Amino acid sequence: MSRPRLIKESSEASAPLERELLVRIHDLMVKTRVLEERLIQMYKQGHGYFWIGGPGEEAFNVSLGLLMKKGQGPDFDYLHAHYRQSGTLLALGEEPIGSLRQMKNTATDPYSGGRNFAGHYSARKYNVAPVSSPIEVQYAIAPGTAMVQKRHGGDGITIVTGGDAGTAEGDFASCLVWSSRPANPLPILIIVTNNKWGISTAAEGQHGEQRISDRGKAFGIRSKTINGNDAVEAYTELREAMAYVRTERKPFLLEANVSRLYGHSSASGANYVGNEVDCLKDFEAKLEKDGVLTREQMDALRNNYTEEMAAAARLVRDEPQPDPESIWKHIYAEDK
Amino acid sequence: MANMAQAIRMALHYAEEHLGVTDIFGEDVGAPLGGVFTCTQGLKTTWNSPLDERGIIGAAMGIAMAGGRPVAEIQFCDYVYNTIDLLKLAGNTSWSTFGDWNLPMVVRTPVGSGIRGSIYHSHSFDATMTHIAGWKVVMPSTPLDAYGLLITACQEKNPVMFLEPKALLRVKGEERIPGEPDDERALSKLIDAPLGDRSQWKPQWPAGLEAYAVPFGKGKIVREGTQLTVVSYGRTLPLCAKAAETLAADGISAEVIDLRSLWPYDWELIKASVQKTGRVLFVNEDTEVTNFGEHLVRRTVEELFYSLLAPPRLLAGKFLPGIGLADALEMASVPQLGDITTAIRSLAGEQP
Repeated sequence: MSRPRLIKESSEASAPLERELLVRIHDLMVKTRVLEERLIQMYKQGHGYFWIGGPGEEAFNVSLGLLMKKGQGPDFDYLHAHYRQSGTLLALGEEPIGSLRQMKNTATDPYSGGRNFAGHYSARKYNVAPVSSPIEVQYAIAPGTAMVQKRHGGDGITIVTGGDAGTAEGDFASCLVWSSRPANPLPILIIVTNNKWGISTAAEGQHGEQRISDRGKAFGIRSKTINGNDAVEAYTELREAMAYVRTERKPFLLEANVSRLYGHSSASGANYVGNEVDCLKDFEAKLEKDGVLTREQMDALRNNYTEEMAAAARLVRDEPQPDPESIWKHIYAEDK
Repeated sequence: MANMAQAIRMALHYAEEHLGVTDIFGEDVGAPLGGVFTCTQGLKTTWNSPLDERGIIGAAMGIAMAGGRPVAEIQFCDYVYNTIDLLKLAGNTSWSTFGDWNLPMVVRTPVGSGIRGSIYHSHSFDATMTHIAGWKVVMPSTPLDAYGLLITACQEKNPVMFLEPKALLRVKGEERIPGEPDDERALSKLIDAPLGDRSQWKPQWPAGLEAYAVPFGKGKIVREGTQLTVVSYGRTLPLCAKAAETLAADGISAEVIDLRSLWPYDWELIKASVQKTGRVLFVNEDTEVTNFGEHLVRRTVEELFYSLLAPPRLLAGKFLPGIGLADALEMASVPQLGDITTAIRSLAGEQP
């Protein structure tokens, strides 16, 4: 299969985004934020055991989901995600109620049947590999899907994401090594969302490198650090990086600086952190200033989603828990 | 007759040609070496990976996710320990995603003592591996079983850990692999890479290799007996068979079972034998504390207590941090023929 090439790649990257796209990004950012706030509320009301998610990463994660080539199999993009990416899943087309079901660990939880934590998605229909609690293991796995895609041909790529603290794990180094082997460089977009924290440990006490993206240089991997809190920058830079990986079939390391608006997880209280940049607030100010949306429109949108999530939460509350006998299901793959 | 390394190589060749194996890889698995034990010489999908066990297991998982069928090698099982969480993840992927994903992948790794491998090339992995749910775990003791179990492994939809008893890799089999030439020297000439420059060498694979498959979960009785049962696998299995043969001259009739599959395992075969003999000895060489044989002892006690004429016993490796290089140290650390013979004799003589 021939490799498609994008014409005028760089000018595309810097082109302003269409109004329709800005509205779409905003809609998904609001939807994601409201979902995460509902999940936190459910946790605090005792309707779940643990919350972890990505309020503060919506600008980046929504853009990523919108730009992915969505489908199943090596012709489409693989996502080896971490547990702060509900925005990416919603942008791919998932319904928020799935996340609520996972929080309530009901039998209807579409991602794990009540077995796994919040934000631990698995969606084979979209090539979303199962999210795992041990951080950074996805960096060791992702080169495998990229290898199959390279051999398969076409323009499907592998995307792997993780946090800054986890880059201290050897799996991150494995990913850099395996993605840039001279024998077989891989079509893989290696993403680090840098919120500058590892639970309660500040990055500045643990990481000597100036930028995490600098680590790509040693491997000859094209790399960049961007402001992941700016929706327009996140979208355009992701688009450029993905175009490079898609056409050149080589790795790209993208570091996105993002915020962590509710702390690490329910383990650290899941309360709003006031001194972080709020990507949604910033984006809404910009949209209002540019005349894309009015404050009233944006407030109405948030209210609609708030009501929608509340209704979904009420529905989920009455759904059955998994049957204890279901523990024996799917230990091994069955004939389908 | 082929040795186990040759049998593994032929099975992998068959799997590349007929079962969709796409990647056979690991440290030194590809040209020019073809594996430190020569198990992957001349195969067409082999490649050399970075010296990174976590990368190897991770890549196998990714390849399996994307529709490939990988057979990864960890050069010695002693080095697979730093991948334990990835093995756990591979084992729980189907379960944790409620069947959304499955991983058709095989990991091969040499295990156990017998080559004077000292502390880091002599360890066993059966106890650790059978602790990780979601995998299928096998260990052959003959070339034919190695061939047949590997054919099955390469048809599996689930992760399979294929443990290779390194002491037996060079032992010629007594049974012919379907399709291999009668003359072992002819076979060697066809598929063993020459020493020195191999850049121009290509193997000539026996044309008649067949999809001979040993099903998982089926052990076999390698020697019938009436007075006691010995259950083993891997390196210690032929020693058990030999001990039983020797003791037959003394009037001790031992039934010897080769378990072959550790998970799932053939409980029905063990059960029927123990109900017949009333005595059972489990033999392997992994360290004795929290040993897979202990699970078998527990199950024997719980389910077959009233059939027993003597307490079930376990003969395993000593609970040591390693195996020393000196011949005497290795021999003293893991069961040898004499230990097995003594254990069988003792069990046979025990009266209720």
